[in-house]
Amino acid sequence: MTILILGATSAIAQAYARRRAGEGARFVLAGRRQDRLAAIAADLIACGAAAADPFVVDLTAIDGIEETARALRARFGEFDEALIAYGLLGEQVVSEQDPHAARVMFDTNFTSAALWALALLKDRPAAVPFTLVAIGSVAGDRGRASNFIYGAAKGALDRLLEGLAQKYGGSPVRIITIKPGFVDTPMTAGIPKGGPLWATPDAVAADIARAVAKGRRVVYTPWFWRPIMLIIRHLPWFVFKRLKI
Amino acid sequence: MQTVSSWGRLRQVPHEVARPAFLDEARAVLQAGGAPALCYGKGRSYGDVCLNENGRLIVTDLLDRIISFDRERGVLRAEAGLTFERLLRVVVPHGWFLAVTPGTKFVTLGGAVANDVHGKNHEAVGTFGAHVLSLGLARSFGEVLTLSPTQNAELFAATVGGLGLTGAILWVELQLVPIRSAMMEIETLATADLDAFFRRAQESRDWPYTVAWVDCLAKGAATGRGFFARGRHAETGELTVHGNPRLSVPFDAPGALLNAHTMALFNGAILYRPWALGAKTMHYDPFFYPLDSIAHWNRLYGKRGFFQHQSVVPMAHAPDTIRKLLELTAEFREGSFLMVLKLFGDKPSPGLMSFPMAGATLALDFPNKGESTRRLLGRMAELVMTAGGRLYPAKDATMSGDAFRAGYPAWRQLEAQRDPAIMSDFWRRVTAPAAAGAA
Ligand SMILES: Cc1cc2nc3c(=O)[nH]c(=O)nc-3n(C[C@H](O)[C@H](O)[C@H](O)COP(=O)(O)OP(=O)(O)OC[C@H]3O[C@@H](n4cnc5c(N)ncnc54)[C@H](O)[C@@H]3O)c2cc1C
Ligand SMILES: NC(=O)c1ccc[n+]([C@@H]2O[C@H](COP(=O)([O-])OP(=O)(O)OC[C@H]3O[C@@H](n4cnc5c(N)ncnc54)[C@H](OP(=O)(O)O)[C@@H]3O)[C@@H](O)[C@H]2O)c1
Repeated sequence: MTILILGATSAIAQAYARRRAGEGARFVLAGRRQDRLAAIAADLIACGAAAADPFVVDLTAIDGIEETARALRARFGEFDEALIAYGLLGEQVVSEQDPHAARVMFDTNFTSAALWALALLKDRPAAVPFTLVAIGSVAGDRGRASNFIYGAAKGALDRLLEGLAQKYGGSPVRIITIKPGFVDTPMTAGIPKGGPLWATPDAVAADIARAVAKGRRVVYTPWFWRPIMLIIRHLPWFVFKRLKI
Repeated sequence: MQTVSSWGRLRQVPHEVARPAFLDEARAVLQAGGAPALCYGKGRSYGDVCLNENGRLIVTDLLDRIISFDRERGVLRAEAGLTFERLLRVVVPHGWFLAVTPGTKFVTLGGAVANDVHGKNHEAVGTFGAHVLSLGLARSFGEVLTLSPTQNAELFAATVGGLGLTGAILWVELQLVPIRSAMMEIETLATADLDAFFRRAQESRDWPYTVAWVDCLAKGAATGRGFFARGRHAETGELTVHGNPRLSVPFDAPGALLNAHTMALFNGAILYRPWALGAKTMHYDPFFYPLDSIAHWNRLYGKRGFFQHQSVVPMAHAPDTIRKLLELTAEFREGSFLMVLKLFGDKPSPGLMSFPMAGATLALDFPNKGESTRRLLGRMAELVMTAGGRLYPAKDATMSGDAFRAGYPAWRQLEAQRDPAIMSDFWRRVTAPAAAGAA
């Protein structure tokens, strides 16, 4: 079992990798910081991973994705599983005003992630099982005034994955979107925390592991976001437009 | 600003909190300048050693990676925020255990070094610091230093038991001890009085782990009544790790719940439960960590929080002083039911400021009832000081600067090695007058 993690320094990705390390999985850890990836690799080895190789790359360098993906597959062989974990929360007010900032948000959360998904699936032998997991967000389910730039990118990624899942229906390829709510990670360091809506990275990781084991299409995590988002998605516009959420 | 408290929950203290996820970030935070900083592990210290009001707090819980684990030699190196809980999950299946562990597994390596914690086997193996092979220390200036008993030895001695004041511990390398089984062989014996405790302790020298509980409500001839437990790692059994806490206290117990009966019930249910008299085999988890089965049990003491008194008294004065302490607590009726009692041996600690010394150590909890509780704690401290003993900073929220300085004459050496960018509420409290006087 070889698992590729894009954005392996993410707190959620680390918690997930630790869970899978116990099974003796092999990891390729992609990210931009060699020293940090190496620290994570050492930890996974201590937890039982059969191998953990850091792979330093600018994941958002759009033009290089196709080639990097090919190099990765050539070097490590075909992956059994890939997790697209990196993402950028950004600041809505900044990216609304600054087109460059907005573009970084789109490129990081959607364009590059989408190209990675395509590149990892390209020319794969159709009969070989593969699971592609990407971390979207509940924020992608509806456009809200407070974070629609992040939300639009995450929503678009979900749409792409949905299409891919349809395309690969009936094959041993699984495409999974994970939609976390509020997770206590460095990404949300600036947000006051506490209360029942906040989840730990490990709780989210447990849900990802379950989703992968069962081959689910879309997983809200923790589970209560499914009914919450079901309601929010179905709120009629005249109600939704007045909501301050 | 964000409020943070310690295990005793006596105060909600505002801090500027940083939570670095990687070692390089932790060092950068310490070196960034600004208000004085302090590391905070899991906040399992009861008083104020891990607090730094209006200052910066570097919370280390995300720094919990294992750097290397040599399964043949039992040598583990890990980031300082690694908890004993996770450490045991990794090492127990390979037949290794912590050489020294406190009564909860929810402490970090950094916190265990900074308080140079002790376990039920102090007589046999000394303090936690005695099993630290080396550690990495970041200071607000300069490079990260490697400290060990032979490398930067002076700073090592100041850092072990150094209350977090010499710098931010980034990683710790430990020597583990081999075990054949996750199970413990235990014997629990009744003790009729304090003399019986000391006799039991004498005759249990070939048991590595010993501890006793004394009934604080027993009076007169029964003073010191309780029971004595001794244990060792079993030779056979599986190497199964512990599970998760089974229960949790979701919020502060309302004042009305806090009466003698509920606390007696709690202490009885949690502390006595595994300890039926006689010989038995049990997993390491209930043996070492009986309170860990209930998450947030400290909330049972309600919003005002609670104190713990832990002191050590040299052997020559121990029986007499402990009797006086028990009489004092009985007289004050401040609501302590159990006293944990055990002996410390004479194994020297590598730390300048380590709490243990050869003698008897005792610990008891008191709900915070305000002035009367503080008065009792003050009287207890006096008895301990008169006997040439000292209080444990990890548990303390009230000791006077005089009591501290008398108990820890090496404090000036620690002050000299303190990183100027680091400060804690504890250190301000116990050094302020003398430091000002000396300047
Ligand atoms: C139920 C219970 C039972 C206990 N039993 C025992 C026992 O049997 N024996 C015993 O000795 N103690 C015992 N303790 C106390 C506990 O072991 C100590 O207080 C321990 O230091 C707590 O570790 P922590 O990681 O929570 O550190 P904290 O309480 O968060 O911090 C403790 C000190 O360590 C410093 N520190 C933390 N991390 C770092 C770092 N990375 N670099 C530099 N400094 C750092 C802090 O600044 C502070 O001075 C017990 C506590 C509880 C709650
Ligand atoms: N936390 C939440 O509440 C929450 C909620 C819903 C969805 N999510 C999603 O969950 C995923 C994981 O996030 P997390 O919560 O685990 O946060 P995290 O620990 O802060 O991780 C964020 C990750 O994204 C990487 N990253 C950010 N910008 C990058 C860029 N330009 N190029 C390459 N890598 C970049 C970071 O790499 P570096 O380490 O190199 O910086 C890091 O690995 C993200 O996709 C996030 O959108 C999080």
